[in-house]
Amino acid sequence: MNVTRTHPFSDMFVMLGRSMRHIFRSMDTIITVAVMPIAMMLLFVYVFGGAMQVGNGRYVDYLLPGILLIAIANGVGYTAYRLFLDKQRGIFERFRSMPVARSAGLWGHVLSSLVSNAITVVVIVLVALLMGFRSSAGALGWLAVAGILILFTLALTWLAAIAGLSAKSMDGAIAFSYPLVFLPFISSAFVPTETMPSVVRAFAQYQPVTSIVNSVRALLSGNPVGSELWIALAWCLGIMIVAYLFAVRAYQKNT
Amino acid sequence: MKQMIQIQGLQKSFKNLNVLKGVDLAVEKGSIFALLGSNGAGKTTLIRILATLLPSDSGSASVAGSDVSVDPDRVRRAISLTGQFTAVDDVLTGRENLVLIAKLRHLPQPQRIADELLERFNLTEAANRRAGTYSGGMRRRLDIAMSLIGNPEVIFLDEPTTGLDPEGRIEVWNTIKALANSGTTVFLTTQHLEEAEQLADHIAILHEGKIIANGTLDALKRLFPPAKDEYVLKQPTLEEIFLSIVGGKE
Repeated sequence: MNVTRTHPFSDMFVMLGRSMRHIFRSMDTIITVAVMPIAMMLLFVYVFGGAMQVGNGRYVDYLLPGILLIAIANGVGYTAYRLFLDKQRGIFERFRSMPVARSAGLWGHVLSSLVSNAITVVVIVLVALLMGFRSSAGALGWLAVAGILILFTLALTWLAAIAGLSAKSMDGAIAFSYPLVFLPFISSAFVPTETMPSVVRAFAQYQPVTSIVNSVRALLSGNPVGSELWIALAWCLGIMIVAYLFAVRAYQKNT
Repeated sequence: MKQMIQIQGLQKSFKNLNVLKGVDLAVEKGSIFALLGSNGAGKTTLIRILATLLPSDSGSASVAGSDVSVDPDRVRRAISLTGQFTAVDDVLTGRENLVLIAKLRHLPQPQRIADELLERFNLTEAANRRAGTYSGGMRRRLDIAMSLIGNPEVIFLDEPTTGLDPEGRIEVWNTIKALANSGTTVFLTTQHLEEAEQLADHIAILHEGKIIANGTLDALKRLFPPAKDEYVLKQPTLEEIFLSIVGGKE
């Protein structure tokens, strides 16, 4: 009773178990997070795909990276939602008045975001394989893709944490993810940027989604990635670090 | 008699708002202490300071022998807080809520602890239902049950019956009485005079940031002019009528 010690890791895994239960118990989460991007992929491949000019190769190969990013952007919206609920319902407060590692509450949500988005990504890739997606990437290439997607998920999850922890209303907590879901449309995710008018093209070429999509696409098709990979990594790491600092501040202040 | 909570000259203000203006209190071990006050009197602020959630500006407060600002970790080990709003996880079942807290407190056999508390709080039948489907009284009982995990020496209850129907309130009152019988110190806040009268050994009144009265119910009654005999026909209260119609248990 007198030993003052915290157990940050075991506390974090208890919290992870808790939010994974939340995810698996809400059908709507599973549907929006996995089924929406899949529906979008079907629509773009089988309806618009025939008219798309993306060079040689199958359109599904071209499209998949962008769909994965949209799925992740969509998925982290739920992290913001769950963080907001925990803050508003006094759950964080309850944990704080207990001898529980302070960081565990936040990291539990971040880890569950990683796990659930990883599941979504795997499911979407499997569906894409059924639709004819093929990759010539080796194990190392896939590993690199996984690494980029993990960094991207972490970056967006910390952004979501800022929104969830500082929002005053539920709508505010979720609204932040709308522009994130929209961003891939103005990038190289669906069509090459070359056909866009100059102003749009300038935006599309320099926003983070394009470099991330191009890197993932190059890795999956076994092409050389080049400097775009470093730009993609810089974006992900930069957003992640800045968002992390703000999220932790919001957590200290608001819970 | 050991003092479980000691507060001296405690002050707290938010920007220009002076919420606590020098509060002194002492709570004996194993008693039920009620802090009475109207909305905005500073009850929640005081409870949050005692539960290590909020730093005070000046003065000192110690709980279970440890100063809340010097050794908050040790205080957290000795206390449990049930906030004004029921902090249960609606998505988890009643049992899962209890197991979660037992695991976070690193206790052996979390399932057994959960079973015992479910039994004690009459929630066994609802154990495997999501807490979101519980009635207000059941949620509050689960909330208090979660607070008891790890046998804290002091339990803080911030307006435990606010928002409950009369039956739910009586359920919670019985729970609190049973707690004090088991030796736990209970510190509760309330706006309802009747609640303090029903439950508390000691009552303090917090008004505009200061304790303006403090003592046993009998002592407080003596502050008023001596009782006179008056004959008034006793009408049943609406609460009594309600409870007798719906078959409530008093």
